[in-house]
Amino acid sequence: MSALIWIAGGMMVVAAVFAVEAKRILDSVIAMSALSLISVFLFIAMRAPDVAITEAAVGAGLVTAVLLVTLFRMKGGGDE
Amino acid sequence: MRRLYAILVAAGLIYMLFVFLGTLPLYGKVDLSNRVSAHFLAKDVNSVDVKKWVEGDKQVPSREKIYGRKGFEDESANVVTSIVVNYRSFDTLGEVTVLFASAVGIGLVLGGMKRMGYGRKPNFILRVSTGILLPLIIMFGIYIFVHGHLTPGGGFPGGTVIAAAVLLLYLSNEEFVANMKTSKSLEGSMGSLYVIFGLAGLATGGAFLFNFLPNGVVGSLFSAGVVPLVYMTIGLKVGSELSGVVAEIHEEREG
Repeated sequence: MSALIWIAGGMMVVAAVFAVEAKRILDSVIAMSALSLISVFLFIAMRAPDVAITEAAVGAGLVTAVLLVTLFRMKGGGDE
Repeated sequence: MRRLYAILVAAGLIYMLFVFLGTLPLYGKVDLSNRVSAHFLAKDVNSVDVKKWVEGDKQVPSREKIYGRKGFEDESANVVTSIVVNYRSFDTLGEVTVLFASAVGIGLVLGGMKRMGYGRKPNFILRVSTGILLPLIIMFGIYIFVHGHLTPGGGFPGGTVIAAAVLLLYLSNEEFVANMKTSKSLEGSMGSLYVIFGLAGLATGGAFLFNFLPNGVVGSLFSAGVVPLVYMTIGLKVGSELSGVVAEIHEEREG
C-alpha cells in the first residue's frame, strides 16, 4: 500500500519534470496526460474511487483533448 | 523499436491499474456502520466507538440531539454522494452554476459557424472502433450517474464520460456536427429541474434542497430519497454542457 503510493508519486514527479523540460509542446501535453493518468492510480491507492473516475475522465480525457485541439489550432493559424 | 516501447508502457500502465484496483475493498463488503460522519457528529475520532453507537449505545452528544432525525447517510451506500447531495447540496448547485458560466464563456469566445477539420482522414481503426465503443461509453456514463448513490461516481463523472463519447464522435468523423439546440435545451431544463427539486424540498421539509423522499433500503436502486433524481439531473446537465463545450472548440469562424 505505502510502496504503491511511493511508486505512483515517483512516476508523477518524473512525468511533471518531463512536462516542464520537454523540447516540444506536444510532448509536454502528453506528459501532462500521463501525470493525470498516474494520479488516477494514486487516488485508487488512497481509496478514493470517486475522485479517480473524475480525474480519469476530466484530467486524462477532456483536458488533454482541449489542449491538443488548442495546439492544433495554434499551428493551423501559424501556417497560414 | 518505438512501437515495442509504446506497447510495453501501455501494458505496464494496465498492469498497474489492476494492481491498484486490488487495494480497494469489494463492493458490499464495506462495513456500512463504520462511517466517518459518526466521528464528525461526535466531534471526536478517538474515544467514540462507531459500532456501539450505531447499535444504540449512544455516547454524548447523542445522534438525535444533533440533527433530530435518522441519519441522512444511512441509506445511500456511497457516502461521498451523501455528502455531495445531502449535506452540501447547495455547494453542488454552485458548482453546476460555475460550470454553466464557464460553458457560456467558451461559447461566447469560441463560437462559430463552420466545423473545424483536422485536414486528414481519420484512421480506419478509429472509425470502426468508434462504432463499437460509442454505445458502451454512453451506457457506462449513464450507469455512473444513475448508480451514483450506490457505487463510486456521480453526476459529474458520468456527464464527463458522455462528453468524452461526443469527443470521440468529433475525432472519428470529419463531417460530424453536434445538434447544439438539443444540448442547450437539455442543459437549461435539467438546471432548472435541480432548482425545482430544491424548492420542493423547501415546500415540504422547510429547507432548500431538503431530502423529501422516503429513504428506502440501502443498496437498492430506488433508495436514498432524492439523491438519484438529483444525480440524474446533474449528470444530464453536465453531459450536455461539456458536449456543448467539445462542440464549440471544434467550431471556427468562416475564413
